[in-house]
Amino acid sequence: MIARLRIVDAGPLASVQDGGRPGLMRFGVPQSGPMDRLAFAMANAALGNPDGTAALEIPPAGLVLDCLSGALSVALAGGGFRATCAGVTREGAGVFPLRAGDRLALRPGDWGNWAVLALAGRLGVPSWLGSAATHAASGLGAGLLQPGTELEVTDTALRPERHGPFDPPPRPDGHLRVVIGPQQRFFAPEAMQALLSQPFRVSAARDRMGQRLDGPRLLPNALDMPSEPVLRGSVQVSGDGVATVLMADHQTTGGYPKIATVIGPDLDALAQMRPDEVLHFTAIRPDQAVRTARAIHEARMTRLAALAGPRDLGQRLAQANLIGGVVDARG
Amino acid sequence: MTFPRFRPVAERALLVEFAETPDPAAEAAVAALDRALAAAPFAGFAEAVPAYVSLLVAFDPLTTDHATAEAALRALLTHPAEAASRAQVHEVPVCYDGQDLPEVAARTGLAPNAVIAAHLQGRYRVVMYGFAPGYAYLAGVPAALHLPRKPSALRDIPAGSVLIAGPQCLVSTLTMPTGWWIIGRSPVRILTGDPVHPFLFDAGDSVRFRRIGTL
Repeated sequence: MIARLRIVDAGPLASVQDGGRPGLMRFGVPQSGPMDRLAFAMANAALGNPDGTAALEIPPAGLVLDCLSGALSVALAGGGFRATCAGVTREGAGVFPLRAGDRLALRPGDWGNWAVLALAGRLGVPSWLGSAATHAASGLGAGLLQPGTELEVTDTALRPERHGPFDPPPRPDGHLRVVIGPQQRFFAPEAMQALLSQPFRVSAARDRMGQRLDGPRLLPNALDMPSEPVLRGSVQVSGDGVATVLMADHQTTGGYPKIATVIGPDLDALAQMRPDEVLHFTAIRPDQAVRTARAIHEARMTRLAALAGPRDLGQRLAQANLIGGVVDARG
Repeated sequence: MTFPRFRPVAERALLVEFAETPDPAAEAAVAALDRALAAAPFAGFAEAVPAYVSLLVAFDPLTTDHATAEAALRALLTHPAEAASRAQVHEVPVCYDGQDLPEVAARTGLAPNAVIAAHLQGRYRVVMYGFAPGYAYLAGVPAALHLPRKPSALRDIPAGSVLIAGPQCLVSTLTMPTGWWIIGRSPVRILTGDPVHPFLFDAGDSVRFRRIGTL
């Protein structure tokens, strides 16, 4: 079956995202993909979709769309958005139907910036280098969603056995784990101490490439460094001492020194922090970072497998209790 | 401190540094390790990103870790570098009608035609990509044309612009801001649109420019 959707209203940076295009940083191409990768995986799992299925990334200002024809189940996960559809308003993460004539309004709620709307079906969108993920600055990939954009979804399905709320990803707790470096030699001990002991605030200056932070000035003692490769999570410090954490659409190299790098699994939480929210950095050793990433991955896989498993009502209730116990995979 | 240095990056990469500042030996060492790694990747290797003095080696932290990756890379470093057999030479046409050509001439004390001649005489190497998809940094701008980048960037410079700053040159692939000096335009497509060979250059390739009258 086929469904047609039309974007009625979209905040800046609404886009199509899938798992992204890894392995191309040597050509200047970041992986891109969802800002909150856990929310993306959860939304697809809740529908029983294969991991990495293309979905809509809902930006901080929200999105409104019309279902012009067809019918399909959709799953919303991420920050605490409110979804109003066919006269029903739902808070938080859940799976629900979208039918011809429905208008779905996704509005920001009391926390978070981004949500993922996964679809039971296949989005007919352009791909670039094997991925539909939108690189926002260039528009490469499926592209940004604007009012008037029409989307065709093929192989749609209604999966009523999956309809209902599920436990959302945990809220950010403001603690980000970093591994110091790789350009720590550009910073005096005082700057390093400030990084690890003083609070930072999320700045309103942010996009899919980076999140600027307000806080202590981490003045580098030299600026003359050749461009070096960077990663999602790099904490780069400009000449005036302002720190920026690189996000999904980051540049692949940069000439500013990187004082530290946030570990991958903590970046979803950072993406969901709102301007003025407070965060602290904690340094861990590289071997601790590996162990932490493995433990979080295992917990997430358990959780996603439970979400993706077959559903009937009894199972859903049992699952809600089960998941409650392992909810804090992120922390 | 002796080189190479191995610096851990988060839970999933090592930055292998070969020098503090760019020099041909460091560039060659980066290229040699990049090639050796492509020929014999270690278990869990994800991708390598070459730059002027360093190679970023990303790995899957579920499969391997920094110490194991470092040991594998040190073993590769002890092998003699394979010859750069894959390196290609590209000829890139340029129409030298860039908006900054008169100012580049004024700042270098050269006539516009001498700026063009100097740029054409350069022998360029693809050192790395960066900034944005397909932005290939070419080293080899002749010393007579070395200018610091402008104090602030100009917005919306179209794709295909031929830009220089310091010893570097690039042909832009997207409409983006730039603080580099715009000396011309090229019809070349570094983002080729070909799914099998989506990027015209790889790090290590050579580039020569050829003058054309119009686009």
